[in-house]
Amino acid sequence: METGSDHADDIAISVRGLTKIFGTRKVVDGFDMEVKKGAIYGFLGPNGSGKTTTIRMMCGLLTPDAGAGHCLGLDIVKQSREIKKRVGYMTQKFSLYEDLTIAENLDFVARMFDMPNRKQQVLDAVRDLGLEGRAHQLAGTLSGGWKQRLALAACMIHAPDLLLLDEPTAGVDPKARRDFWDEIRRLSAKGVTVLVSTHYMDEAVQCDHIAYIAYGKKLIDGAASEIPSQIGLHTFVVTGPDLTPLEDRLKQDAAAGQVIRFGSELHVSGTDKAALEALAQREIAHGTHVWRAKKAGLEEAFIYLMAGARDNFGTEIGAEIGAEPEGAS
Amino acid sequence: MSGRGRFFSWARFAGVLVKEFIQMRRDRVTFAMMIGIPVVQLLLFGYAIDTDPHHLPTLVEMTEESPILHALTTAMDTSEYFDFIGISTSEAESDLALRDGRATVILTVPPGFDRDMIRGLRPEILLTVDASDPVAAGGAIGAINGVVNTAIAQSLTGPLAFAAGAPAPFDMVIHRAFNPEGKTSTNIVPGLLAVILSMTMVMITAVAIVRETERGTMESLIATPVTPAEVMLGKIIPYVFVGYVQTLVFLIAARVLFDVPFEGSFLAFFLGFNLYIVVNLAIGFLVSTMARSQMQAMQLSFFTILPTILLSGFMFPFAAMPGWAQALGTAIPATHFLRVVRKVMLKDGGLREVAPDMLAIAVILVVVVVVALRRYRQTLD
Repeated sequence: METGSDHADDIAISVRGLTKIFGTRKVVDGFDMEVKKGAIYGFLGPNGSGKTTTIRMMCGLLTPDAGAGHCLGLDIVKQSREIKKRVGYMTQKFSLYEDLTIAENLDFVARMFDMPNRKQQVLDAVRDLGLEGRAHQLAGTLSGGWKQRLALAACMIHAPDLLLLDEPTAGVDPKARRDFWDEIRRLSAKGVTVLVSTHYMDEAVQCDHIAYIAYGKKLIDGAASEIPSQIGLHTFVVTGPDLTPLEDRLKQDAAAGQVIRFGSELHVSGTDKAALEALAQREIAHGTHVWRAKKAGLEEAFIYLMAGARDNFGTEIGAEIGAEPEGAS
Repeated sequence: MSGRGRFFSWARFAGVLVKEFIQMRRDRVTFAMMIGIPVVQLLLFGYAIDTDPHHLPTLVEMTEESPILHALTTAMDTSEYFDFIGISTSEAESDLALRDGRATVILTVPPGFDRDMIRGLRPEILLTVDASDPVAAGGAIGAINGVVNTAIAQSLTGPLAFAAGAPAPFDMVIHRAFNPEGKTSTNIVPGLLAVILSMTMVMITAVAIVRETERGTMESLIATPVTPAEVMLGKIIPYVFVGYVQTLVFLIAARVLFDVPFEGSFLAFFLGFNLYIVVNLAIGFLVSTMARSQMQAMQLSFFTILPTILLSGFMFPFAAMPGWAQALGTAIPATHFLRVVRKVMLKDGGLREVAPDMLAIAVILVVVVVVALRRYRQTLD
């Protein structure tokens, strides 16, 4: 099956310079990425950063305007039909038929992939979901969490080698999200490569590798634990009384860099370690608050990156009205 | 006193009002329809619809020249109800012209007409009018007596003046072909099939396709190896069956409830309605490429239905419309299907008679499919 001879056997996705333009807007701009087989690769970034467009290019729904690459050893431009057979794609919005039953939905998807032993596959999928008694319930009557699990089962029915999940857990309760991720990890352990976009930090840390995307460009990528140190971010945690006046004061202070409130804590971060430490010394001498150095976390890192990225809606927001509303996200 | 707690707050009311206007302006299709419908409909139908048709294509069936007849046809021509399109030399030829719709009126003059008239034998002229559309035929039949009397008065001069009596020196026999009782239902009911099929086929197809995009299921669908042809055929064929059921219901109702005859070839009818169903599904498909929501698909479908009713010759006689409106009507498939149905059901038509109408529908089909496919490709990427 592998046709890209220059690609190592353990690489599932490899793209270079991927670019997509909608009208005058570069939604994806020179995107490079390499994903190992069986890895969970996370896409993070603000809304409209090009995550969905990139995912759509991976599975042949959109043709890149520039760039090239391979997905499962197949050319993403020329062999998109072959890729579709081996990829499971779960869209942002629930995209099964609400007026079909659970079994009918699964059967429909199985037919779309020309599954030889369709009936058995559907029965197995219903059993794996733990929905045997409810196979004839309309999909539209399921709760949000169950809909997600059904959608995942539907895109796994043809046993794809690569799963593309576009914000799969948006609007799902924490328990269902946890169950969903348990399932993702089980699939990954079986060798399925997973590319997932998310806004949740607790999901980001579950990924083997993450990429932070803004205005169509990849700003940084690496293992979740490496990213803050890659940026060179240092953080102090501040606790004590009356944090709000302190927060306002620190935000005026250039040395403080980035000030974020986490409940009863302030996280003060910056890349200039010396300036940050000098600030901490001055404040500690003041004596009202407790300052404690901490390893910068993902959340600080992403807020830092997001603040540095230019506003990706900008002046073109007017052009978005009436146009494809989710097309550029 | 502030507005709080009052039953009606002008500020709240204005808030809703302003929001509604903003949304109205942003929804371009609805906005265009609001302005477009009244303007287009008024201009189009206000000028196009005339229930008193003029310029009915008329054929003269005669075997010899006749000066009196010449005066008669000239008078008929100037009355603007009749347009002479030629001379037929046999009954078979006239009959075919009437059935395939080339002629609406046949004026049959017996041999030796002038001679018999001068001798005072009161020969008979036969005026055969296609009464399958009684409205279209009515004006012409009503006008004929006046026209004849004028013609006679003008031509019976000189040596023939003696024959110019108060009653015309010949008899005019009027034959209402295909619908001797002049029943409106005989004409309207077959036409209804064209309108019903058009209404449901276009709307159902457009809405069914747009629904897939609107609910987000289209994206998942095209992410599978399924091809566009498979999706479109799979989505459209079920509605062909809906069209079959509607046609069957129609045929039964036409016979049982309205007593409409079915004179002609079933094969011609079968081929005709299949072609017509396909062209309507293609139009529905085209509409779906223009609409973003099911609501817009409904509105746009509705927009195609009015001309189908008003310009096709269903409600008002096609012959009564001005040239530009007839040209518009010619672009509507219902215009041609209507002729197929009326020819087959009322005029004993077969494949030969309906062939030109079928060809017209086929041409429209090709145009619609080409445009729709071009638009469909654009919406994918």
